[in-house]
Amino acid sequence: MSELKIVGLSAGYGAETVLDDVELTVAEGATTAVLGGSGSGKTTLLRVVAGFLRPGSGTVTVGGRTVAGPGTWLPPERRGVGYVRQDGALFPHLSVAGNIAFGLPWPRRRHHDRVLELLDLVGLPSAIAERHPDQLSGGQQQRVALARALAPRPGLILLDEPFSSLDTALRAATREATARALRATGATTVLVTHDQDEALSFADEVAILKAGRFRQVASPRTVYREPVDAEVAEFLGDALLIAGSAADGSVTCRLGRLPVHGASVDGDAAGDVDVMIRPEQLTLTPPGAGVLDAVVRDVDYFGHDALVELDPTDEESGDPLRSRVLGVDAPAIGELVGVRVLGGVRTYPRSLGARDGRPADSLGVG
Amino acid sequence: MPASFRALGGPRGVGAHGLGTRGVAVAAALVAALTLLPLLVVVPDALSADPGEAASYLLRPRVGELLTNTGLLFAVTVPATVVVGVAAAWLVERTALPGAGVWRTLLLAPLAVPSFVSAYAWVTVAPWLDGFGGAALVTTLAYFPFVFLPVAAMLRTLDPGDEEAARSLGLSPAAAVVRTLLPRLRPALSGGALLVALHLLAEYGVLEMMRFQTFTTAIMQQYAVGFSSTSSSLLASVLLTLCLVALVLDLVARGRHRVARVGSGVQRRAVPTALGGWTAPALAFLGVLVALSVAVPVATVVRWLLHGVAAGSGLDAGLVQVTLSTLGLAALGAVAAVVAALPGAWLLNRHRSGLALLLERTTFVASALPGVVIGLALVTLAVRWARPAYQTVGLIVLAYAILFLPRAMVSLRAGLAASRPELSEAARSLGLSGPATLVRVVLPLVAPSVLTALVLVALAVNTELTATLLLAPTGTDTLALAFWREASELDYAGAAPYAAVMIAMSVPLTILLRRQILEER
Repeated sequence: MSELKIVGLSAGYGAETVLDDVELTVAEGATTAVLGGSGSGKTTLLRVVAGFLRPGSGTVTVGGRTVAGPGTWLPPERRGVGYVRQDGALFPHLSVAGNIAFGLPWPRRRHHDRVLELLDLVGLPSAIAERHPDQLSGGQQQRVALARALAPRPGLILLDEPFSSLDTALRAATREATARALRATGATTVLVTHDQDEALSFADEVAILKAGRFRQVASPRTVYREPVDAEVAEFLGDALLIAGSAADGSVTCRLGRLPVHGASVDGDAAGDVDVMIRPEQLTLTPPGAGVLDAVVRDVDYFGHDALVELDPTDEESGDPLRSRVLGVDAPAIGELVGVRVLGGVRTYPRSLGARDGRPADSLGVG
Repeated sequence: MPASFRALGGPRGVGAHGLGTRGVAVAAALVAALTLLPLLVVVPDALSADPGEAASYLLRPRVGELLTNTGLLFAVTVPATVVVGVAAAWLVERTALPGAGVWRTLLLAPLAVPSFVSAYAWVTVAPWLDGFGGAALVTTLAYFPFVFLPVAAMLRTLDPGDEEAARSLGLSPAAAVVRTLLPRLRPALSGGALLVALHLLAEYGVLEMMRFQTFTTAIMQQYAVGFSSTSSSLLASVLLTLCLVALVLDLVARGRHRVARVGSGVQRRAVPTALGGWTAPALAFLGVLVALSVAVPVATVVRWLLHGVAAGSGLDAGLVQVTLSTLGLAALGAVAAVVAALPGAWLLNRHRSGLALLLERTTFVASALPGVVIGLALVTLAVRWARPAYQTVGLIVLAYAILFLPRAMVSLRAGLAASRPELSEAARSLGLSGPATLVRVVLPLVAPSVLTALVLVALAVNTELTATLLLAPTGTDTLALAFWREASELDYAGAAPYAAVMIAMSVPLTILLRRQILEER
């Protein structure tokens, strides 16, 4: 409901700068996931927007109103910004109903309708209203925390790793319920997370934060398929980097001649480049039917899918290839298969070799 | 990474900096200086004595006798309370003892009986119990709950997983207990033993009644004969030294091992050990313990009470008057101690800094100051520099505040820990102003512990004897003073009503402490 606009924002603690000249715009009603490793500054960003930390410089605008900027500082309670923490931070001395109604003006606090409406919105039974936070499961606490933040109808909701303390099964269900509730209210949302799957599946846009700066802000598809550099590519998921030679919007490498996504990003990348291919783009065929034959060196079988490590039979040296296939299609170790590439790839100026064949995992996924 | 570490652990809360914090820090530092005031008065006073005179005074056989007596009492009472307290805690918390819940309450009940009331009961029941034997028996019976309480609370929270892991690594059950359970009980055991030691050093009523001389009784007697600040200060300095030695021993005994629970997951309760044929002896042990520590004093008080009623005295206006003035002093002392403890408790919870750490140490030292030393220091101070303050309510309330501040601090810190800064932030982002957050979030969360602190201090004031004897304003009577006067004149029936009221008013203490064992997680 409220557009969030962050311009030239720097913030830190004492002499230490955590956010350095950050820009971000989240459109009215949209959801942006800020994805970063520990120490990237993502929690600091939320605390500045929520009003718990004064920025060093820059402006923050919520719904057209400047909440932080040169000479301007609105305290948290006057920003209309909801904040949901990782641990929920429910008030232990209040019931679920008391927690949810907490931010409502007092005449309305006594009516149960809004509480029941919000419980319904986050997918909790109304019977839970009289319980206390210590009687709830982790997932229920998270949902109550969301309902509490939504109750005063904030224009902007900030979610600080709200699902990371939940176990896998609960996480998916809670995420689902949260996304549904947020869609229903139409609130603009910023989710901070270190979980790639969460960022890609939850948000309209993903903003990749590293060392206090945004490296890329784009739709989930764009950041995954067309990451700005190899580091971002590896941060978002498994990536193969192989040497190639680019010309005229396509690239030639040991896997044949492949179309390039968004070639213009690197200018007219021509000549020696690194080719980024996602392992699920490598599909297996009968021997001889692909562009290359390979022997299956190892298989990590996960049930729904499997990661297959391949030794190409061509004479070129280089790292083994990896292919992600459906679990039902997993080959046996030692089997001879053909390899083919689906869809377009991404190229970066050549740095293989200089980096010992593999880019370092310097985004510190964790 | 440092950035994120700072982001999570850095300055918390809105307006955490600036004037507010500085004001609190100044207040806390002032209070800390105040709690050390007795040290600052007594020690220089003792040092001002002529060295030769001081030496000849301290090297008298009399001082040697006091030291020997103190040592003897330590040698018996400290081990006895540890053995009895640990055995009782283990039976209640870790075995299939019938009626464990009732025993838990009964074993804390001695705390509701002031130790000098217990001594009075034993003197009238067994007049032949005198001197060292009587002193050791009564102090053991009165003090074992100091060990029982922390050990029981600890046993309750310890996850049996450690013992199981030790067993699966090839240790016998006994070896598993020795190598996993005991190290983790060390802080509780050591803390309990320290409390026993400090109480022994500060004890006046029991030892005076049993006619067993230690430094505290000697200082009190000297004061009664005629106030001589230098010789009193010399004795008090020896007493203070012993208290500080006890503190250091506790620090050493606690060890440097980390005993916090590692890992996450839900903690399990231990499976109670079946007692089998040992059930009857265990019940007999606890039964005798409770009979000696609770039943004897209570029954004696009731007997003398009935005796007095039969003789025609009994409840009179005097008792009501004394009770009311005691309650008044208790309320003033409680408010003073809690108000004094608040800045320090807040600082320790919210801003871990050098000052906060210093404050923590100061409180630790202050908790070792015996009532007699505090009383003596304030008398000295008033007589020398503030004559009008001598024998005023203000001075005695100040003594209570200094004496019981550490007790108030413990409760307050627990309460402040419950009101995490995140909760205040959540309230602010839900649209509440700072003052509204204080009223709707911080106060409701802190109030129970403030109340607990007030009650704990008030109950302690109710039965305080030593400092009260030294500082009570003329014309002000308290239950402990009235009881002491009657009992000293061997008017046991006359003393009984005051004892009965003190015991009755201390019952909430048992309930509060019982809840502490049950809730500590």
